[in-house]
Amino acid sequence: MKKEIFFQLNGEPRRVDVAPHETLLDVLRGKMGVHSPKEGCGRGDCGACTVLLDGKAVRGCLVLAMEVEGQAVTTLEGLGRDGPRALQEAFVEGNVFQCGFCAPGVVLAASALLAAHPDPTERQIREALAGNLCRCTGYEPIVKTILAVAKKKKGRKAKPSSAPSRRTAS
Amino acid sequence: MSIACEFEYVRPASLKDALRLLARPPEGGAMPLAGGSDLIAWLRDGAVQPGLVVDIKQLPELRGIRVSGGGLWMGAAVPFSELMESPAVQKHAPVLVEAAGVLASVGIRNRATPAGNICSAVPCCDSGPVLLVYEAEIHVATLRGTKVIPAANWFLAPRRTALPPGGLVTGIRIPVARHAGAFAKLKRYRGEDLAQASVAVRVDAKGAWRVAFGSVAPTPIRGRKTEKILAGHKQPEGAVLEQAATAAEAEVAPITDIRSSEHYRRLMVGVMLRRSILLASARLVGKGAAYGINIIEEDAP
Repeated sequence: MKKEIFFQLNGEPRRVDVAPHETLLDVLRGKMGVHSPKEGCGRGDCGACTVLLDGKAVRGCLVLAMEVEGQAVTTLEGLGRDGPRALQEAFVEGNVFQCGFCAPGVVLAASALLAAHPDPTERQIREALAGNLCRCTGYEPIVKTILAVAKKKKGRKAKPSSAPSRRTAS
Repeated sequence: MSIACEFEYVRPASLKDALRLLARPPEGGAMPLAGGSDLIAWLRDGAVQPGLVVDIKQLPELRGIRVSGGGLWMGAAVPFSELMESPAVQKHAPVLVEAAGVLASVGIRNRATPAGNICSAVPCCDSGPVLLVYEAEIHVATLRGTKVIPAANWFLAPRRTALPPGGLVTGIRIPVARHAGAFAKLKRYRGEDLAQASVAVRVDAKGAWRVAFGSVAPTPIRGRKTEKILAGHKQPEGAVLEQAATAAEAEVAPITDIRSSEHYRRLMVGVMLRRSILLASARLVGKGAAYGINIIEEDAP
């Protein structure tokens, strides 16, 4: 039986009629005009359908639309609403992706990682992206860019806090 | 491809409501939904066609992680990533944390649960060997009351468990005791994959070992013969270690399938057992790599 569900999509309250067998991915792409999540494998292996559900990376193809009632869904469209983020800019600058099919999922998975661990190790980055398959790049430029963005952010944050201690030392 | 079969979806307000729905399902049957990583893939494949899907992950009785009465209790709806981050689970069930770290990917672990993993009960289920070496209790609710099923009695055959009809797993309890352990999982490549073979070991301060295997029999199995050889050896090495590996290779019953040959599985069970034992016995005396590593890739001696 169809039912109207209510949830936050990219920060905005939205209502939509869904049937029980429709996945979140079906509804985002087919009914809500959100096309960044892609259907790759359709069984949770490839990560192309990654969306954030209450801030956590999940598989849009393995979530029924009805399950997200009352929750917050973020897609790539919602990430850069106030202009592209540093991570997105760095991906563009480095021409990190080729075909781009995996890119929305990778950006979301990396954003969730950086939100939880602002200064991740390379191992943490590889682990966070292990479920986002990319057939073009060999992953190296993706991992290096995330590392560089995290380092840059850390550098910016470290400066103001280290200044007083330098003064004390002199 | 989208889901072709039609079903109803209900998010019950209470455990009682959920049990009523599961006990008196509509035509086609009712299936509980927690993380959905298996269920929704099966719905897409048409492998299951229930008339009703009961979303149980919001039920308060199935949430939370508690340590009480000498046991670590983990609600059936708690996903792997939440368990991995829990200090109580890290302290009392570190082997589960280690297994979760090599299970699927972050995007799956954010939804999937150990309870769902053992209810799917495929032979390669990573939670199986861990719960066997912890002698975990599976807590089940039915309309008639609650029931505790030892992990050892849980797995009956591939995709068949001791869950009674209309029953729902509410949580998993692991007895709290000082111990060390390790989990090793063999995969075809780095990143996410199902296990070609897996080994879980647990040892206590007296040198009593528990050993279990996954993906090398119709269900996860305990390695009783291997355990007997190791018994009393806190730091097994040399001949004892070799005898244990030989016993393990003999007591598993792997098959050849798309992921591996029977011969390779058997050989690797011995290799993985040796590494797991060495790591667990080092951890027992405060040495060895911290929990949460990939033993195959990161602790190769």
